[in-house]
Amino acid sequence: MELDGNAIAGTMMGVFGHEMTTEFGTCASCGARSMVGEFRVYLRAPGEVARCRQCGSVVMVFVEARGVTCVDLRGLAALDPA
Amino acid sequence: MAISRGFQGRRRGDADPTRVPPGQYVTDDFPVLSAGPTPHTPLAEWDFTIRGAADRPVAWTWNEFLALPSETVTVDVHCVTKWSKLDTVWMGVSLDTLLDGVETSAEHVLAFCDGGYTTNLPLEDVTGGKAWVAYEYGGEPLEPEHGGPARLLVPHLYFWKSAKWVRGLELRDHDEPGFWETYGYHNYGDPWKEQRYHGD
Amino acid sequence: MERAALPRGLTWQLGSVVELVDETPRTKSIALELPVWPGHRAGQHVDVRLTAEDGYQAQRSYAIASAPEDDHVVLTVERLDDGEVSPYLVDELRPGDQLELRGPLGGYFVWDASLGGPLLLLAGGSGVVPLRAILRHHRVVESTVPARLLYWARALDDVIYRDELMANVFGDSVDIRFTLTGEQPEGWRGWERWTDMELLQEVTWPPRERPLVYVCGPTPFVEKATISLIALGHEPGRVLHVAFGPTGV
Repeated sequence: MELDGNAIAGTMMGVFGHEMTTEFGTCASCGARSMVGEFRVYLRAPGEVARCRQCGSVVMVFVEARGVTCVDLRGLAALDPA
Repeated sequence: MAISRGFQGRRRGDADPTRVPPGQYVTDDFPVLSAGPTPHTPLAEWDFTIRGAADRPVAWTWNEFLALPSETVTVDVHCVTKWSKLDTVWMGVSLDTLLDGVETSAEHVLAFCDGGYTTNLPLEDVTGGKAWVAYEYGGEPLEPEHGGPARLLVPHLYFWKSAKWVRGLELRDHDEPGFWETYGYHNYGDPWKEQRYHGD
Repeated sequence: MERAALPRGLTWQLGSVVELVDETPRTKSIALELPVWPGHRAGQHVDVRLTAEDGYQAQRSYAIASAPEDDHVVLTVERLDDGEVSPYLVDELRPGDQLELRGPLGGYFVWDASLGGPLLLLAGGSGVVPLRAILRHHRVVESTVPARLLYWARALDDVIYRDELMANVFGDSVDIRFTLTGEQPEGWRGWERWTDMELLQEVTWPPRERPLVYVCGPTPFVEKATISLIALGHEPGRVLHVAFGPTGV
């Protein structure tokens, strides 16, 4: 099921402590910069996976393990507010 | 924990508990879980390759693959997201058949797939009648959303190891974590020992 | 961490169900009393979490149907036949029950009068929920921003907030139109079509007027409408969208 970054607004709020969908992420693979709310998100998985809309590479992965949500941002070259 | 009065969820309560690993719930559904878009490789372009630490790589086209000896198996599958589905029926080629004749000293495999997904397993966990490349589910060709045209089937481990859209195995001397293993999931994934996450 | 420093929306809280309203045969509005609610902006959503007695949990996101100025936070849920959470919320929940949720969530898909317009709202099925919150807010603050809602539904019986929308209680600067793609009542003179460029061109303001567009509905609907609008020349930054999956929102 393919959704957009809004679908993980709650997860991101829990991890980062503030609203993230309006921040901008730069894809480490292709350099495209877009609003986090615009990433393609795959929710139904062992984790929540956000992919760059331009090139499809993974930009963010959220995994909830033993009650703690971990985020992997290695797919992003940068993450900054608007 | 706030209990929601009257909420059950879509679970079956009547399954034989000895068939249900710890922390799992049995479902009649077949949830579709994916980390990315469903690939659609035309069969004319599909192949399955065994490469890496082997004397030489070996590959089959789709038609060659279908001509291999196949088996129908009925197995229980257990997803790390806590759902289990019992008595699922698959048809496919045993990995013993595919690895027959392949000379290797490798102890590890990395399954690779359309869409970039990977997962790692010990070679001994995909041999000895424990693993298949399946192309039929429930008597019908495997649907793309469930991994078709073919997926890995390794029912004794959590289902993320049964890689969808599998295109081959890389034989390796050194273990390399695959997709979910890199993001915090357990390197081995035995549901009966509840090895969900790294460190379990 | 001091209590005062706890960011809003981080914690789960228990709301009480105050009122349930049948909107259509498959959708219900749930009005909630929430002990600690920081207020929200029209367009935002909440995550709802259900827990069974043995600890089994299921979680889904639902758009907020009420304006920030309304008395209660209202969620409108569509029952999906193979759903896990929606059948519980639509069929089982009773006034007085507790519902665990966190929010408000989503800073991207929000509108308030200060953002201006003209405002184009495109609703695919239950995607109308957050757009109705936007319209209710528009009315409360007596906004004069020109606004238009185009609502895709299968049939008249599936139109959520039917009375409110058909009577257009939202005032003169709001224009509401429907396209019924499955069945139409006798004498229906509205549209019957799915998203296509021609239809969008008819309803939207020209790109030179820089409308602010909010698209909400199932993923294929949102993708098609967004691509079409950009092909018509609208600025991507002014076409905001939220896609719902087949389950949940």
